Amino acid sequence: MHELSICQEIILQVNDIAFQNQASSIESITLQVGPLSGVEAPLLKQAFSFAAAQTVAENAELIIEELPVVVECKQCGAHSNVVANKLICGQCGDYHTQLISGDEMLLASVELTRENPEENIELAEANRV
Amino acid sequence: MCDTCGCNITSGNQHLIKPGGKLSLANNGATSISVLKNLMNENDQVAAHNREHFDKNNILAVNLMSSPGSGKTALLESTIQQIKEQFRIAVIEGDLETENDADRIRKQGVPAIQITTGSACHLDAHMVHDAVHGLSLKELDIVFIENVGNLVCPASFDLGQHLNVTLLSVTEGDDKPAKYPVMFRAADLILLTKTDLLDVLDDFDTSKAEKNLRQLASEAPVIELSSRRGDGVSDWITWLKQQVEAQLSRVKNGESLKPAIQKEGAQLHTETSHSHTALTQNHTQA
Repeated sequence: MHELSICQEIILQVNDIAFQNQASSIESITLQVGPLSGVEAPLLKQAFSFAAAQTVAENAELIIEELPVVVECKQCGAHSNVVANKLICGQCGDYHTQLISGDEMLLASVELTRENPEENIELAEANRV
Repeated sequence: MCDTCGCNITSGNQHLIKPGGKLSLANNGATSISVLKNLMNENDQVAAHNREHFDKNNILAVNLMSSPGSGKTALLESTIQQIKEQFRIAVIEGDLETENDADRIRKQGVPAIQITTGSACHLDAHMVHDAVHGLSLKELDIVFIENVGNLVCPASFDLGQHLNVTLLSVTEGDDKPAKYPVMFRAADLILLTKTDLLDVLDDFDTSKAEKNLRQLASEAPVIELSSRRGDGVSDWITWLKQQVEAQLSRVKNGESLKPAIQKEGAQLHTETSHSHTALTQNHTQA
């Protein structure tokens, strides 16, 4: 089980982001995880509470978005939603496919509260552009 | 970060961060910050550093992965016997406990570093980095990394190797690729081992094993061999020699190589892989 080391990496990255943004606390952390990344969402959630203890993310909610497994066929070009152990084209059945979604393990976004509340609004506006 | 050029925004995640997307909006006075950064960042940076060490010294690094007991050490023993006059070899051994495997390798007359992971189920780039510094890299052509026997976690950690070789012994069942897709998808080469036992096993079909592998969209070659009896070992040695040649010509051209799995989704999406793409060509199977 390597979910704890993944959580330690999350905390490292989130800590940097909190520092850069002068955040007083982290409200939520959103990950994107595909089935082919090799990590399990329930185990990540379990490990997260240990890794987050006594850090800026201590009270943060860990939100895990599970991404679908999608392949693009190199023969017919079709995109197919498939299961993790059958990465063949849903249209023509060829196995020469390129995975275009499903092996991600990403820190997608962080929701934080800044020490100066007015900056929250400014940053949110800047983020929308 | 790649966030600045947007190369980590893919068809799979762009809806989340577009204006109005759920990740772009602030909630109850808090600020939402888009990141899209690979969570293997720290490991991958050390792995890239290890790969630089190997490349600088003209070394081919091969990571061997499999279940416990599928014949990784036996394969290395037989390989070393065949090519130690031609190539200077070292082995990094990963196990939870004991020096047994390193001792077996040393008996073949080549240096071996044993990493005992305690209870960790895989090697990571940091452990391999420490081991690499215990080797005289200038005096080597091939470094084999024998990962901890485990069909799950080792597949998720880049160690700085150029190629992944996954072993599947015929005593394990021909449906292993379907059961452990993450591992078998990571392989640049599959070795079906212990084929001398096929005579007494009526429930392992090598063509079924290969079919299960192809269902993972893998084009990796499959070699059947028996380290004990020697069948098929020459095909493996031929493949290995081709890879040493390929590595030497990559180094000459200032290029490097990551295992096949690295070229796919994860690499397209994230910042860490992006920073190394200039020096890393995608691997295509022959």
